[in-house]
Amino acid sequence: MIKKIFFQSIFFNFFFLREVFAAESGGMPQLDPEFWVSQIFWLIITFGILYIVLSKFILPKISSNLELRKSQIQENIETAEKQREISEVKLKEYDEIILKSKLEAKNIFKNAREKIIKDINLKKETLDKQIEDEISNAEEEIKTLKKDATDKINKIAIETSSDLLKKLIGTEINNSSISAIVDDLSKKNKDKYYGS
Amino acid sequence: MAANPMNQFEVYRIGPEIKIGIFDISFTNASLFMIVSSFAILFIFNLGSKKKSVIPNKIQLLAELSYSFVAKMISDTAGSKARPYFAFIFSLFMFVLFCNMFGMIPYTFTVTSHIIVTFMLAAFIFIGVTIIGFIKHGFGYLKLFVPSGVPIVLLPLIVVIEIISYLSRPISLSVRLFANMMAGHTMMKVFGGFVVSLGIVGGWLPLSFSVALTGLEILVAFLQAYVFAILTCIYLNDALNLHH
Repeated sequence: MIKKIFFQSIFFNFFFLREVFAAESGGMPQLDPEFWVSQIFWLIITFGILYIVLSKFILPKISSNLELRKSQIQENIETAEKQREISEVKLKEYDEIILKSKLEAKNIFKNAREKIIKDINLKKETLDKQIEDEISNAEEEIKTLKKDATDKINKIAIETSSDLLKKLIGTEINNSSISAIVDDLSKKNKDKYYGS
Repeated sequence: MAANPMNQFEVYRIGPEIKIGIFDISFTNASLFMIVSSFAILFIFNLGSKKKSVIPNKIQLLAELSYSFVAKMISDTAGSKARPYFAFIFSLFMFVLFCNMFGMIPYTFTVTSHIIVTFMLAAFIFIGVTIIGFIKHGFGYLKLFVPSGVPIVLLPLIVVIEIISYLSRPISLSVRLFANMMAGHTMMKVFGGFVVSLGIVGGWLPLSFSVALTGLEILVAFLQAYVFAILTCIYLNDALNLHH
């Protein structure tokens, strides 16, 4: 309902307006040629000034500024690219150095290990030799000691037996006869005690 | 007669009457708004081009964006040959745009709502483009009226149509801008009048219409300036790169 009234009022308003124009002064003021020359004149002046100032002073500045920025950005990109290349080369060098030093370290480690192993072996050998020498010396000593031991035992046996006999009988007995008996006994028991 | 929606287009004298010969060149409200628009453009773009910083501030960004916007528009429609006419098309676009936009402020005068102003601009473009075409191509420019690949029987008819369409270019260019501006502003005035006449009860509907129309008119103001500039570019393209 409101809509209907609204649109009707629009329609009537236009109708009414048209009548007003017809009654007033030839409708649109745009078609009144009174100020046409004035408008053309001022249009030429203002637009001319606008065009001259813009084209001679302002637009070249904006354009040069845009170019400047473009070239600066391009330059920056180029330098960045260069620096990236340099850094890549350096990275490669660095990698090579690391590889080299790794190899060197390995070599040094290997050499040291070999040297140590050699030293250890050498020392082991000398030590082994010393030990063997000492063992053989000791064995010899033992052998001589073994040999001496029977004689000493015989001697001790002779002395103790002569002392015992002296105490028992009270007379001195010839040592040589006792030693003969002891020798005889020791030879008989030798196998029993030493097993050889 | 304040409610008359055509009142806003009335041109009146400001200051004394100036006459050169029989011609009246008095300073009017139309002249005032031409000057205001031009100075606003010069002010903004002068401010925007003063400092040459790599990272632009707001006003510089505005100037540079509009510069590259118009430059792209020209290179897209008319190619690289239109480069020397950049300054003209730029000032044309900015002049029409600022005149349209100043007209959107209440109680101002819309310069582009007058047929004589738009027709002068369009006629200047038409004559300039025709001269450029004849300078670039000589009488070969007349080939514009003879499209290739048309049967010989239809040719006389086509040529007549082409010539009429070519000659009507300044009329269509000027009437398009003028009619859009005038219709929009008249409509807004009519709706504004409704707000008053329907009062506090019924006035809200036309008021909301008026608000919506204001947004639409701002869009139209930009669009018509753009259309005006881009049609100039297209006409220029016809004159520079002749291939029909």
